Amino acid sequence: MTGTADGADLAAWIRLAAERAAADAGRLTSLDAAIGDGDHGLNLDRGLAAAVAALPDGAPPGKVLTAAGRAVVSKTGGASGPLYGTALRRAGKAFGDADPIDAAALGAGLRAALDGVRELGQAAGGDKTMVDALIPAVASYDAALAAGTGLAGCARAAADGAAQGADATVPMQARKGRASYLGERSIGHMDPGAASTALILRALADTLTERD
Amino acid sequence: MVGIVLVSHSRALAEGTAEVARAMGVGKAVVEPAGGDPDGGLGTSPELVGRAIEAAGDGDGVVLLADLGSSVLTAKLALEDAADVPGGLVLADAPLVEGAIAAASMAAAGAGLEGVLAAAESARDHRKT
Repeated sequence: MTGTADGADLAAWIRLAAERAAADAGRLTSLDAAIGDGDHGLNLDRGLAAAVAALPDGAPPGKVLTAAGRAVVSKTGGASGPLYGTALRRAGKAFGDADPIDAAALGAGLRAALDGVRELGQAAGGDKTMVDALIPAVASYDAALAAGTGLAGCARAAADGAAQGADATVPMQARKGRASYLGERSIGHMDPGAASTALILRALADTLTERD
Repeated sequence: MVGIVLVSHSRALAEGTAEVARAMGVGKAVVEPAGGDPDGGLGTSPELVGRAIEAAGDGDGVVLLADLGSSVLTAKLALEDAADVPGGLVLADAPLVEGAIAAASMAAAGAGLEGVLAAAESARDHRKT
């Protein structure tokens, strides 16, 4: 089966991502404490909890993500708020009124999210940011889609790509954000934004996999 | 008059910078601080930024200045709704304190949006040594 996702599936994703962000807040914050300002876990937990509270009932996928994105922007408090909020809103806009969305549409949404984050944060691949998780996520998703993989399988490919991308940030020297002030001392730590991107995309893959 | 909004992680930093900038703007410049989260803690708040933009605007446009990181990102998101701000809304590529003082001075002198933006951005080149 190739599979589709409706608004309820995407709402279930946001709920699972919020649960995992809450459970993992300590790890994300300690990653951030090493090279950032030590608030990423707390901020993401707060932002995604606000997104869960803002989830509309019975709405199409695009509306679910734009509502979640608005809440993340307004409630997160750190740089991840505008970035994740933009990612969710751009993906939601890319879906338009489609209901349900298919694997091609989800891929287009993921790419729109990457483009939005790159545009807002002005970060490129290799800068040691969430972009380093999103680029391989999009590439893996697209490769899986081109190979005829179904929706959940494409989402798993994206999650795997994001996890590998997050791991690959460890030896990088940061060129964006607070970590960039540390120069070479930023080397040897995983970027917290790349780590949380991997967490959020794993939640998407697991939501779609468990449902099927 | 062109209004000025200061976006910072800290309420104290935004308010203190606004205080200095208003003084340099000979008491005429409109400088609105938008610092910290709504509870007064460190952070940035799109809601506070939105309110400050409204308060600073009188139809001649508003120049945003931001300290760094999420302040810059939050200011950039505010630009997405720039069409709703009478006279226009722009983000200055400038350091917060120096840019605010330059912008307030130029705004108080009666310059338009482009002039105030250029003054703020020229503050990047003011060397100290």
